[in-house]
Parts: sequence; structure tokens; C-alpha cells
Amino acid sequence: MAELNINERQAGDVTVLDMSGKITIGEGSVALRTAIRRLLEEGKKRILLNLAGVGYIDSSGIGELVSSYTAIGKDGGQLKLLNLTQKLQDLLTITKLLTVFDVYESEADALNSFK
Amino acid sequence: MTGETTELTLPSRIDTVATAAAAVADFVGRSGISDDAAFGIDMAVREAVTNAVLHGNRQDEKKVVEIILKSSPDAVEISVHDQGPGFNPEAVPDPTEQENILKTSGRGIFFMRTFMDEVDWTIRPGGGTTVRMLKRR
Repeated sequence: MAELNINERQAGDVTVLDMSGKITIGEGSVALRTAIRRLLEEGKKRILLNLAGVGYIDSSGIGELVSSYTAIGKDGGQLKLLNLTQKLQDLLTITKLLTVFDVYESEADALNSFK
Repeated sequence: MTGETTELTLPSRIDTVATAAAAVADFVGRSGISDDAAFGIDMAVREAVTNAVLHGNRQDEKKVVEIILKSSPDAVEISVHDQGPGFNPEAVPDPTEQENILKTSGRGIFFMRTFMDEVDWTIRPGGGTTVRMLKRR
């Protein structure tokens, strides 16, 4: 089984990536980077990462989230986060990234925020 | 369990991070430490081994990463040794400073210091860096 599984679906003009597994150095980080690059190449710039199934992330994975956020922003798009686990929320808090990312607990609220 | 020591010698590859984390999780599980502490140790070990592989040994497969795990009634101590040129941990910028928050790297040492009770680095005279991390029970 892959370290990180990513399922893509469309909700209006927002692309939702349902992710499960680990975003860690190597396979997990690369899978996220590849998915985001592909979406940008396809012109999909409104992206919601559903992280409910991501139980673990390391500094490389956090770096990849930041890189994705920056790349999408430079391309005129928006990246938002949905359903952070408590551990991930704690990590984003101590790294002060919770003040940077737009984070939601409800998918409906997250989708509405893109409008 | 009152005391145990385990030593691992692993290649300088990215997949060593997961191998080391699994071995440490096994060791920590036997040591009877709390789940919260085990999570922190896991985070710190992954970051330390990542640094050893990427920045210390620069993925040179002729070089190895050595890990020593010790448990005592008071603490779990983990040392990670690489064969790289060494570095000054105090020179690593604080990733939580405003100008560094959006950097894509540079959080590994911060996590090690956050999750462990003691973290120190030693440059060996013969070459290589050892990071020693201690988590009290």
C-alpha cells in the first residue's frame, strides 16, 4: 500500500483531494507534490486538501504543504485545508503555520469560502 | 523493563528514515513509555535520521548512519551518528520567526528540540556528528 493515498474529486470549481496515510520524506511528500503540480498544469487552482485520513506528517511533509500553498498562490489560486487531525493541528500551531493556512472543519464551509 | 540498549547501522538512503522509525517504535513500545512521549520520540528520530542521511552523509551509500537506543528507569536516550562534516546547530535559523514561516525546510531541528527534553550535538574528532536526544519518563 502506498504511503499516501490521494483521491481526487470535483466540487463545483474546487478540486478536493481526500488524503490518507503519511506525508513524510520520500514517497508521501513526492505524492503530494506530484498531485499539486498536475492540478496546476490542468488549470485547477482552487484546491481543498482533506487531511482527515493523514495521521502523520514530518517536517518534510509540512515543507511540502508550504510549497504547495506558495506555488498555488503564485499561480493565482488558493489552497485550503480541511479536517486536520489534532496532531497535525498541533504541529501547525507550534510552527505558526496555522496563522498562514485557511483551515476548516466543515467541507461545506470550506467550499463556500472559495466563492 | 529497567534497561536495554540496541544499536543499528543503516545505509544513507531516504528509506532508512522509515526503517529507523519502525525499529525505534518497537524499542519504545517495549520501554513502556507513554503514547504522547512515543509520538514525540518518533518525530524527533525521523528528523534526526533525515538530517543524518541528507545533510550529514548526503546520501553517500559508502557512509552509514548509526543509531544507539538506550532505555533506563528514568529516560529513553537516542543517539544518531553520521559521517558528515558537521554543522553548527545554533546557526540554523528559527523557523518560527516571521521571515522564516513560509520556508519549505528548516523545521527538523526545531521539532527535535520541541519533542525531546534534551538535544545536543557532538562533532567527533575523527569526523561525523552525533546528535543525542533524551526523553524523560
